Amino acid sequence: MLGKTAGGLFWMFRNLERAGNTARLIEAGFRIALTRSNDPESEWKSVIVTSASRPAYTAKHDGYDSARVTDFLLRDPDNPNSVLSVIKGARDNARLVRTALTTEVWMAVNETWMVLTKALKDPVPETDLPEVLSLIRQQSALVRGALHGTMLRNDIYDFSRLGNFIERMDSTARIIDVKYHALLPATSFVGSRMDNVQWEMILRSVSAHASFRWAVEGDYNAPNIASFLILDRRLPRSLAFCASQIVDHLTYLSDEYRDRPQSLDLAQDLNARLRDRDISSIFDEGLHEFLNAVIRDTNTLGLQIQQDYRFNA
Amino acid sequence: MTKKINHFSEMTAGDDVRAPYRHYQSWFAGQDVNRLSRKAQEAEVFFRRTGITFNVYGQSDAEERLIPFDLVPRILSGAEWTKLSRGIEQRVRAINAFLHDIYNRQEILRAGIVPVELIAKNAAFLPQMMDFTPPGGVYTHIVGTDIVRTGEDDFYVLEDNARTPSGVSYMLENRETMLQMFPELFSKIKVQRVSDYPKNLRRSLEGSAPAGCTGRPCVVVLTPGIHNSAYYEHSFLADQMGVELVEGHDLRVIDGHIAMRTTRGYKVIDVIYRRVDDDFLDPLTFNPASMLGVPGIMDVYRAGNITITNAPGTGVADDKAIYSYVPEIIEFYTGEKAILKNVQTHRCSEPDTLKYVLDNLADLVVKEVHGSGGYGMLVGPAANKKELADFADKLRGNPANYIAQPTLSLSTVPILTDAGLAPRHVDLRPFALVSPNSINIVPGGLTRVALTEGSLVVNSSQGGGTKDTWVLES
Repeated sequence: MLGKTAGGLFWMFRNLERAGNTARLIEAGFRIALTRSNDPESEWKSVIVTSASRPAYTAKHDGYDSARVTDFLLRDPDNPNSVLSVIKGARDNARLVRTALTTEVWMAVNETWMVLTKALKDPVPETDLPEVLSLIRQQSALVRGALHGTMLRNDIYDFSRLGNFIERMDSTARIIDVKYHALLPATSFVGSRMDNVQWEMILRSVSAHASFRWAVEGDYNAPNIASFLILDRRLPRSLAFCASQIVDHLTYLSDEYRDRPQSLDLAQDLNARLRDRDISSIFDEGLHEFLNAVIRDTNTLGLQIQQDYRFNA
Repeated sequence: MTKKINHFSEMTAGDDVRAPYRHYQSWFAGQDVNRLSRKAQEAEVFFRRTGITFNVYGQSDAEERLIPFDLVPRILSGAEWTKLSRGIEQRVRAINAFLHDIYNRQEILRAGIVPVELIAKNAAFLPQMMDFTPPGGVYTHIVGTDIVRTGEDDFYVLEDNARTPSGVSYMLENRETMLQMFPELFSKIKVQRVSDYPKNLRRSLEGSAPAGCTGRPCVVVLTPGIHNSAYYEHSFLADQMGVELVEGHDLRVIDGHIAMRTTRGYKVIDVIYRRVDDDFLDPLTFNPASMLGVPGIMDVYRAGNITITNAPGTGVADDKAIYSYVPEIIEFYTGEKAILKNVQTHRCSEPDTLKYVLDNLADLVVKEVHGSGGYGMLVGPAANKKELADFADKLRGNPANYIAQPTLSLSTVPILTDAGLAPRHVDLRPFALVSPNSINIVPGGLTRVALTEGSLVVNSSQGGGTKDTWVLES
């Protein structure tokens, strides 16, 4: 496969994952703002911070409110991470790697782009927001479904999944980090009873609010929720799950290509840090430090994959 | 305004239906026009979802456009096709011989059949190709010959696209769409297949690999990238052939060969089906600012280690002034009379001719010698006074840049309108594949249709549409 094609697949799925994550984040912010109106400004600010787009946002806007934040995250062409921008990016990458995709995957991406471009043509009024956000999630699920259902399990599939999980790992780590610190005025608060609504927002951002109730026989408290999001391998958005998927796909590639790239070593290191751990040892290490190291190492891993497989000249 | 001319109708002859259309007509008579109109809308949705689009330069809001598709097929009998394909084969053979000759011994110039200055002043002529024979001796591997019809037996070649003919993906997708929409029709009427084209293209390209290539030749398609107007076609062809679609920055020269950057290192390639113009092919030899090509590819080419299709410098034969000599070119190299006719062509470079063209501008079609896509041309009968006067100035300013042809009475094939069938003018672009050992012409081609009543302009960039082209089994 061409290095360019591998890179195109990787970024196509990073973009699609990012679109879905942004939609989840907006949904979480929107729900909180609806159900708790005493300080919506700080809620919307925290949504912007979590999406890692604060500098770009403050360059354009002074305050935080539902209309401006959602418009910035959904539609703003100046925001390279807006849903519209990343969907366009995903579709451009899909065109680039058209020969590597089955017709079904290509049509799903192309349709996603057409449907969302139309849905996001004008600012989305609050009444339509839930519908549009659900459409974004559905469309990116459609592409993933086509990928699972029709693609050969070869290197094409591996690069697609790597893009997916590198992005998801980064996103989950950021959500936990930013939210956690927004909530905790001092580390002494760790373990104290938290505001349920705030925790619900964290769980909603990763679509795990219902799973938590089913999977975890414990309270809505910091250690339980952090443990679920970081270490629980049953949750498809947990850091541990993402890391093990990344190791798997790099191992498949290594087997197929009969060489051992540096990225596999990095991924195994990352995975080992999330295996056989309990949350109290992570809290002892310092959650913020731990998450920051994960974000940094995920980024390094992404760059190493890019180099190992010659995405660029 | 429009003059009353009796255009040849390919479907009807008086009150009768012409033989190739009889089965179709009886099927159509049993159809509900409203249902067909709905089918036509379905087809458009299908094209849009599949991404069968072309990009329009300089129009960011309408970045990608569909070429309108009409669901009434254009039907040719087996006998009509046999004659056409023989004529195309003869022409393609002669054009390849001509290209080899003008880049080597130049006998046709010495014999005084084609004027020397037509070659010497030709912008598409590449001195770098002199005294060099491409692998297998083939210059133009893929040719799209534009043909129009004016009567039962009157087929004229409008131009030879020997450089980088496009449109073959539409030929294939149009058929695919028809098969999906009207499967029952194809079980009633036996139509020759076009679906072998990608397989034949790959075989033909592999057959043109350099002599030093051992094992199965590695073929790639070279595209300028996703912003090119024909990008869809490039990716489609690579996909259908099962070969890599590359851009210039995926390639580099390694040990005297061209290699592509893969996830497992560099891999040597043997044949490049390039959809990048000559000028952009090699920044070391041609346009130094080009990012689209491969630095050093011309040296590898001249060392015989890569096949470039179509060969650089092939555009000489695309020139509309050369076109006017093709019947003589055919006779010179094959000793036969041309099977397909040329349209009478006035070369404006000749002073007497220029005067004639200026005097009769309102009745002529004037084209730029190197123009394509319907740009820079004048359709006299459709132009107003000011357009005629403006164009006359351009002509006087640079007469050698233009040729003129009489407006032909193009044949019509019906399209589906809300009111039922209505005749529209068409042309036809069949595609020929040339390898050192064979010439293969897929039975059919791209039929382009002017969707506006009375219009003669069929170009997609000028609002034309396409139709599926059927060649019946005889």
